[in-house]
Amino acid sequence: MSITELQFQAAAVQEAPAQAVEGRSQWQLTWRRLRSDKVAIAAVIVIVIMLALAIAAPAIASLVHHPANTAYPIAGQDAAGNPVGPHTNGFWLGTDDVGRDLLVRILYGARISLFVGILTTLIATVAGVTVGLMAGYFGGVIDSVLGRLTDAVLAFPYVLLALALAIVIGPSLTVIIGVIAFFSWAGIARIVRGQTLSLKEKEYIEAARSIGAGPFRIMFIDILPNLLAPVLVLATLYIPNAVVFEATLSFLGLGIQPPTASWGNILSSAQPFYQVAWWYVVFPALALLVTTLAFNLLGDGIRDAMDPTTERLLAGQKRNRRRSRRPRGVAIAGPSEEFPDPARQPPPAVI
Amino acid sequence: MTSTSEDDVLVRVENLVKYFPVRTPGFVRRTVGQVQAVDGISLTIPRGKTLGLVGETGSGKSTLARCVAGLIPATSGRVTFDGEDITNLSRRRMAPFRRQIQMIFQDPYGSLNPRRRVGAIIGDPFVVHKTATRGERKRKVQELMERVGLNPEHYNRFPTEFSGGQRQRIGVARALALRPKLIICDEPVSALDVSIQAQVLNLLADLQQDYGLSYLFIAHDLEVVRHVSDTVSVMYLGRIAEAGPKEPVYDTHRHPYTAALLSAAPAADPEAAAARQRIILVGDVPSPIDPPSGCRFHPRCPKAQELCAQTEPQLEVKAGDAPTHVTACHFPVEAGENLATAASRR
Repeated sequence: MSITELQFQAAAVQEAPAQAVEGRSQWQLTWRRLRSDKVAIAAVIVIVIMLALAIAAPAIASLVHHPANTAYPIAGQDAAGNPVGPHTNGFWLGTDDVGRDLLVRILYGARISLFVGILTTLIATVAGVTVGLMAGYFGGVIDSVLGRLTDAVLAFPYVLLALALAIVIGPSLTVIIGVIAFFSWAGIARIVRGQTLSLKEKEYIEAARSIGAGPFRIMFIDILPNLLAPVLVLATLYIPNAVVFEATLSFLGLGIQPPTASWGNILSSAQPFYQVAWWYVVFPALALLVTTLAFNLLGDGIRDAMDPTTERLLAGQKRNRRRSRRPRGVAIAGPSEEFPDPARQPPPAVI
Repeated sequence: MTSTSEDDVLVRVENLVKYFPVRTPGFVRRTVGQVQAVDGISLTIPRGKTLGLVGETGSGKSTLARCVAGLIPATSGRVTFDGEDITNLSRRRMAPFRRQIQMIFQDPYGSLNPRRRVGAIIGDPFVVHKTATRGERKRKVQELMERVGLNPEHYNRFPTEFSGGQRQRIGVARALALRPKLIICDEPVSALDVSIQAQVLNLLADLQQDYGLSYLFIAHDLEVVRHVSDTVSVMYLGRIAEAGPKEPVYDTHRHPYTAALLSAAPAADPEAAAARQRIILVGDVPSPIDPPSGCRFHPRCPKAQELCAQTEPQLEVKAGDAPTHVTACHFPVEAGENLATAASRR
């Protein structure tokens, strides 16, 4: 190898990193770390499949020739009038109590669940971030008022209020979205407020003020980008909560009304049949479980990917870390205490 | 205080006071005291010149700078800029002055938003003051980057990709964007390596010449201040101890605190260092919540007498000094006086 060749190679090596370094943002680094997290990637795949199935629900319905709300009393029910099991008469996952295709209904339920989950989280995030930023940045009276408001919302027995609202206004998709969004922003607002309190003391905020930037410019241009990491994690963890909340309301008969399918109301109507038709309970519950679990795992994965320090400290102990970090994680994580998973709940005594 | 005519003065600070209330924690926050960060300071910043402000940590230098820049409201006193009163203006009314008063901050790591690209950071003043269209902005920012010695092609990089000195240049470019008349430099080089300090200081000097800038230059490094300043004010516990053109303040200082401060500065010349007699001050800087009576320096002063604890000395021209050199001391240091022995006697 000639000297000029070596020089050329050396020059190429010297130039290469400069190219690679160019403008690599926090997000690109996060994405790199996330990509190596197998659990998170599996969660992403599950979520993408779930979304695709939900979007394709009408297509699948026409593929199996079973519209969501059409009952098949002959093919879909056995002699005793009970649902038929999976792989019977062209019903891949069996039928429900009136002989409708369970698969198609679960997919239509996914449409509702994911729509409600994502939309309410969007609304709650925008509201929570705005309230949190204002409370944290302005402080004083504004902080007190918004802080008490946040506390009030967090302290509310929201299932009770949701039930009351659904009874008074009448159950509808709009009411569900409104109620879930209303009870979700407060947690985000609290986290954002805390972060804002520390961020606003940074010197670059003072620098922004010294060039004459107004409070809203500082909040949304200077502070918000530094908040996106925790907010993204929170939002990812809020989606499954909203999904479960919707299922809870529908399960109690106050959410999505039959004949429109929703995981909650399928589970509710499946209750009397669990001894004769296991698939009627298992498949919608499984859909709910897999979806919420995937979002929770993705949220955890994003959190780990955004926090490079823990990765270096605890390399190779990822599983342990995930478990041990759970309790002191962000406000609400998973369908545990806050929103009991209706699939595992004993049937309510009332109603 | 100084005899310069009104036209030569860009900024005049008169009796500026800034107290921070000390409150009890909890729901009912009673005010239990005041941190007297800046307590009755008067100074002038000459046009196109540099006023150096020195003093120990906690002497109120940064608070003073923030009051002058209008970042925090003053408790009382007056700040005039170009003859106009800019004390405690609302953000809207301050806007035209913001364009003329800019700041460079101490921490090159903390003063740049880590989530924003350099182009956006330097271009911010143009956006806020709407002085350039979107198309012009990039060109103007790249001109600024070039002017302060940065590679304009690094427009889209993040602050983390730069070294401390480069980051401080970014800070300088941002301060320069609106073509201000005054730049307040709050310890702009104290976080940098000595070799980088010189580069940044030279850049600041070049810019002063090219654009006729005035600087309020804050530092605790006396040699840096001597290098850049035309006039110097020495602060102690929220008050000015001594002020005047740099030569008399450095060479024929009259205040014992100035003497102690200068004797504590390391000398580059080993012979000078050996000849130097360090004045060791006793104790720490007293709390600005409960400053000493009379002269604030008296508990640590080697020359303190009864009078010092009772009466507050005024800034005045001492016998034999130039009319621009003022000292607040009852018993000013005489030429040839050895304070080191006085200090060790105590």
